[in-house]
Order: sequence, then structure tokens, then C-alpha cells
Amino acid sequence: MPAAGGETLQFRDPETAEELTDRLEALMADIDEPVTVMHVCGSHEQAIAKYGLRSLLPDGLSVRMGPGCPVCVTNMPEVDEAVALAEDGCVVATYGDMFRVPGTERSLADAKTDGADVRVVYSASEAAEIAREEPDAEVVFFATGFETTAAPTAAVLTDDPPANFSVLSAHKYVPPAMEVVAELPETDIDGFLAAGHAATVTGYGLFEPFVEEYELPVVVGGFEPLDVLLGLERLLEFVRDGEAGLENAYPRCVSEAGNTDALETMWEVFETDSGEWRGIAEIPGADLVLREEYAQFDARERFDVDPDVGGADPLTEDCLCGDIMAGQADPDDCDLFGEECTPQNPVGACMVSSEGPCKIWLEYGGQPDL
Amino acid sequence: MTGTGDPDARGVDGTDPESADVERAAAESADAEAADDSTIAAEDGDDGPVVTLAHGAGGVRMRELIDDLALSRFGDSADAGSASDGSADLDDVGLAAMEDGSVHALPGGEQSLVVTTDSHVVTPLFFEGGDIGRLAVAGTVNDLAVMGATEPLSVTCSLIVEAGTPMRVLERVMDSIEATCEEADCRITTGDTKVMGGGELDQLAINTTAVGVVERGSHVADAGLSAGDAILVSGTVGDHGISLLSEREGFDFEGDLESDVAPVNDLVAAAMAAGEVTAMTDPTRGGFATACNEMAGAADLGLAIDERSIPVAGAVASAGEVLGIDPLSVANEGKVVFGVDPEDAEDVLAALQNHPKGEDAAVVGEAVEDHPGRVVLDTGIGRRYLSEPEGEQLPRIC
Repeated sequence: MPAAGGETLQFRDPETAEELTDRLEALMADIDEPVTVMHVCGSHEQAIAKYGLRSLLPDGLSVRMGPGCPVCVTNMPEVDEAVALAEDGCVVATYGDMFRVPGTERSLADAKTDGADVRVVYSASEAAEIAREEPDAEVVFFATGFETTAAPTAAVLTDDPPANFSVLSAHKYVPPAMEVVAELPETDIDGFLAAGHAATVTGYGLFEPFVEEYELPVVVGGFEPLDVLLGLERLLEFVRDGEAGLENAYPRCVSEAGNTDALETMWEVFETDSGEWRGIAEIPGADLVLREEYAQFDARERFDVDPDVGGADPLTEDCLCGDIMAGQADPDDCDLFGEECTPQNPVGACMVSSEGPCKIWLEYGGQPDL
Repeated sequence: MTGTGDPDARGVDGTDPESADVERAAAESADAEAADDSTIAAEDGDDGPVVTLAHGAGGVRMRELIDDLALSRFGDSADAGSASDGSADLDDVGLAAMEDGSVHALPGGEQSLVVTTDSHVVTPLFFEGGDIGRLAVAGTVNDLAVMGATEPLSVTCSLIVEAGTPMRVLERVMDSIEATCEEADCRITTGDTKVMGGGELDQLAINTTAVGVVERGSHVADAGLSAGDAILVSGTVGDHGISLLSEREGFDFEGDLESDVAPVNDLVAAAMAAGEVTAMTDPTRGGFATACNEMAGAADLGLAIDERSIPVAGAVASAGEVLGIDPLSVANEGKVVFGVDPEDAEDVLAALQNHPKGEDAAVVGEAVEDHPGRVVLDTGIGRRYLSEPEGEQLPRIC
């Protein structure tokens, strides 16, 4: 009878986990001072929380989540645009994560409650399919996510999409955000655990310039518990040796060059632009916007999107999402966490997405001292 | 950065498969007791606050609703029987205890009456492994059984039907109710039928109520655990929830995903005959995780659970990984979580495993003094709290 813990799985072997934990202990003893590692991926946080990895980490080693949840860093005005389009009669298709993310005043779920046509889809191609099946409707795909979802969005746009289909891009590009976080004076990071899945698209070579400029180690890690522990071990080795460096600790999936076809398609359709990441900062080059050649499929070009949000107070005044995304606060530092802010009634986006640290901490019991 | 790398990976409603909502978006299939998704986000209408799907999701909101509307009126009656109310007769169980059913003294004082009721809505009405009729009988019979009353004296059945529902659908449901009653050795003794207009209800809702008797003082409460008691589960967990979620989301997993819906009063009787069962609950909405948390909370003890010893069927574990849903957090409809005197644990386990509905039973942990009210899960690698699921999970983008 296989158990839920999946102990038979190669990458969840408790004995190997113990060996890796022992090596982390030894490395921390050598380093002899606190070390903070940042990961930039909700799936890393999932693995850490679900398998209780923080209960294994040696004293002094802190692993924090940075801006690794694309839903969480989607800016409120971007949600406002999607809500406005839905209220103006477009069919707005989006990923389930975005459905309840509050904009300045309202979420797409609110719009749907009032009769707008909002559909939850699982891929860009499914949104395009809706447009094909309903030629009289204007179907807008509210596109969110990093490289792993931006490339599929691009693939749909390069594959003869229907004329009544358009994209409202809130796609984000991670490397510039890592630079901003590395530069934030309040954020004291000794190394980055980079996300293996985005690296399957981008390749790990992407991080080379970052490592050189910021003199910080970057290790690309996978998402099984042993992958995470192995990534941490490599990072601590860099820290012990006082070296910046780049290592691929997820070679079974990630190559240096990445998926060149996907990248080519992505850059054919998208270019980078400066954009505000919710709660963090205006980040140059970290938003992915449609190139002019694809303007006819750009919802911002096709429609006069003018969200009227009045002078309403943002919902997030007491919400620490921004600090949490910047790696400067933990979910349970927030007064709203688990009280006024729950997955059923989220105040901030970090409580909405399954990639959001607040949702993850609530689901797996936070960061207990066990 | 992004998640599991598969843009098509779907997370879905983690807590309650008995949703009446047919939308494929789990964002909208938040819960059972409402079919109108226009209530999802509406918190404040012109007439003040309104009921939302979250109020039916079995989490904090539902408890608030019950506190505000029901406990404020009926929670402190003389026979409340709440463990927190030392003045009450502990052989009685009332609403305040929030148990699987209520317990009241019968005239003569030698026996107690046990009553439980449940309303059932599910989409689709007929699913792999069962249907709404089987669910309606099993759910109520099982609630009665985990109070210790394993021989239901009487079961009521009320149908609310949407006009336009094909008669053959009702016939199939009634056939299933009949067969399930036979299996549970009980009878429908009274009932009621109402018909509502088309669109006013999603096909069919069923309420069942069951009554039974136990010897005075011998009912089994959630709160009955003592430190050191073994925690047993009667079989694989997550089957019903993962199966329905997969079906509803349109996944066709090659394999054997089907609901475990079944009356288990005979299994409970076998366990109780084999040793001292100190606490019992059926891990329905919110799954094994919620059942453990309820037991821990009611007894003000901690539970230490070994994740690797929890039986999960291979197909359920795989589907759960793909869906991004933890099998420990979704409903079961034919399973029981037991607290057992440690000296009797082996005997009770053997009795369960010798029963056709308990072959996969396992000892999964124990009650401890530490971390009262919380459940600590040893994942085999590290340790974490096993929390009560908070409502539904949204499909994720990656």
C-alpha cells in the first residue's frame, strides 16, 4: 500500500534526507554565523512546508520566500483592467488563481457575481478555443505567470488565433526582480535557490550575469524534498567558501540553454517593459508586454481600458503581502493572517494562490517549532 | 518562480465534493449547501450580509454561522452535555458539543437515544462507486455508528426534487437507497417529498435522519481520547474526494478511482466488540485532517501521526499529486478514525482487518500530551502541523 508520504519515491527517501540534513548541520558549523537563503518559487515553499523541511534545518539557517508567486505580484491595476473588460461585456478567461485576487476595489469573482462573463481556464489554448467556439464574443485571456506560462501564451498567439481573441498580459519576468530584491537594503540574502521549472524554459545560464554582478551564489533547485535539501547544501558550500557561483542542482530537467524553441516563441511575441510588482517596487524590464507586431491581439490596444476605481483605499493597507514577497516578513508577522485574511476571504493575493506563501503556511500549519 | 511546471496542472476543491455546483471551475465549487454561485463573493447585499458558499465549507465561517444562529439559541440547554460545561450531564450530548449526533436519556434511565441528521447534495448524482442515494443512507448511518449506535432503529428520508427531473433518475436513487439500507440492516420508516420549480434547485437534495439507542453512558464521543491512546483508521483515505474531484474536473485517470461510500456500522460494531474504543469520528468533509483536528481539539490533547502509515490507494495518491490536492484533506464516505486504548489496539486492528470493509486498516499514530489541540504529522522527512483545510483550493496556474 503506497502511503501518502510516498516513501518509496526516489526523491523522498528519508535516509538520504537525513544524510543531507547532517551535511547541512556540518556546513553551518563551519560557517558559524546565520545564513539566509531566498527561494523565488511558490512550489519550493510548497515542498518545504508540505514535507516539514524547516523542522530539519540547522539553527541559524533561514529559508525565505521571495517574489516567487506570479499571482501575488500581479499589480492591482492589472486586475482592475481585467475587471473593467469583464464589466464592459468581454468574456474574460483566466487561471483559477486569479479569480479571487482583489484589485483596487473588486476581483473578477465580484464581477462575475454581478453578471460579468468570467471563465476559469487551465491554459491559453483553452481560452483561444472559447473564442473559436463563440465567434460573436470578444474573448480576453487575462494572462499571468512567469516564463512557464508566458511561453504557452506566446505559442497560442503565433498559431493563428481567432480574430475575436486577445491577451491582457500580466506576465512577469523573474531575473530583474531578483536583482531588485538583492538590492533592497532591508533584504539580507546570502544566496538564491532558483526555481527549476522556470529554468527548464530559460536555462540556468540565464543567471550567470546576476551571479557576477551581485556576487551571490545561485543554485537551481528542483521541487522534491531531496531536491530542495540538495540545493541548500550546494548553496551553503558556496557560502562556506565565500564564493559566488552558479550551479544546476536539477540537471534531470534543466539545461544551460533551456528550451530554445519556447524562448524563441516567447521573445517573438513579448518584450520586457518596466512595471510595478505589487507591494515590491517598479521593476525595470520585469513585465512582459506584447510586441507591436501583435498589437491586434493586445487587449490594451484593442479596447479602451479605463478602470474607474475612484479614490478607493486599496484593500491591502494592513496587508504585508509586499513585505512578504520581498522576503522581509513572514506570513505570521501579519496581523490579518488567518484572522481577517483567509483563503475564503483573502485580503492579499498571497492568501489566494496555491503559490502564495500565506496560503501555503495556513495550509501546512505555518512554521512551527517542532 | 512558477510552480510544478505543468500549466495544465489543476488544483481543485479540496474539501467538499458534495457541491451542487456544476461549473468546472473549482473556484466556484466551493461547497455543498448552496447551488447558486452568485453567492460566492457577495458578502454584503443591500439587505445586509448574505450567506456565502464559504459558510457551508466546514471551516471557520461555518462554525461562525452555527455559533451565531444556532448555538446562541440552542447551545446552552440543560442537556447541552458539552465537555466544556461541567455542570451538564455528561451522559447527554447536545448541540454545543458539535458531535456527530445528539444523545438523550430515555425514560427508565438505562438507555440513551442517539439522533443524527444530514442533508445531501452532490454533483454528479451518480458517480464512480456510488450515488446520492447511497451517500444519503451511508452518511447518516455512519454518523450514528460513530456515536456508538451501530443498529439504527429508524431512518427517515426526505426528498426535495426539481421539477423536470426524469422519473427514472428518482427510481435509480430509490433503488440505491433500498440496497444500501439492506446493507446497513436498517429501514426507511418515514419520509417526505417536495417538488420545486425548474431552476430553483439542482435536481435533487436528500435529507436523512437516523435514530438508535445505546446503553446509558456508553456512547462514544470525539472527546473521549486519553494520552497514549492509539489512533487507527479503518482503510484508505481520500478515495471519495479525489475520485469525485477527478470526475468533476474531467480527468480520466486510467485506474481505479472510485468513491468509498458505504455504510460502516457493521465495521464499527466489530471494532467496538474487539476492544475499548475511546473516540470515533467519520472523516467526511475536510477528510482525515479535519477528523484528527476535531479529536485533538475536543480532548485537548495532541495527536502525533506518522504520514507513511496512513493508507492511501496508489491511484488516489497519484491523482492527488496531479490535482495538487492532499488526499488527507478530502472527504471519505466509508471510513472511520478511531481512538483506542493502547492495550486493545492490536485486537481492534485485527478485528478491522478481518472485516471486508477494513482490510486496509492501520494504526497511524497516538494521542499525546504535547501540543494540545494540534496534530503533528511526521512526513518521514520532517515534521509539520496537519491543519484543517481552509475551504476550497483554487486551480493553480502552474
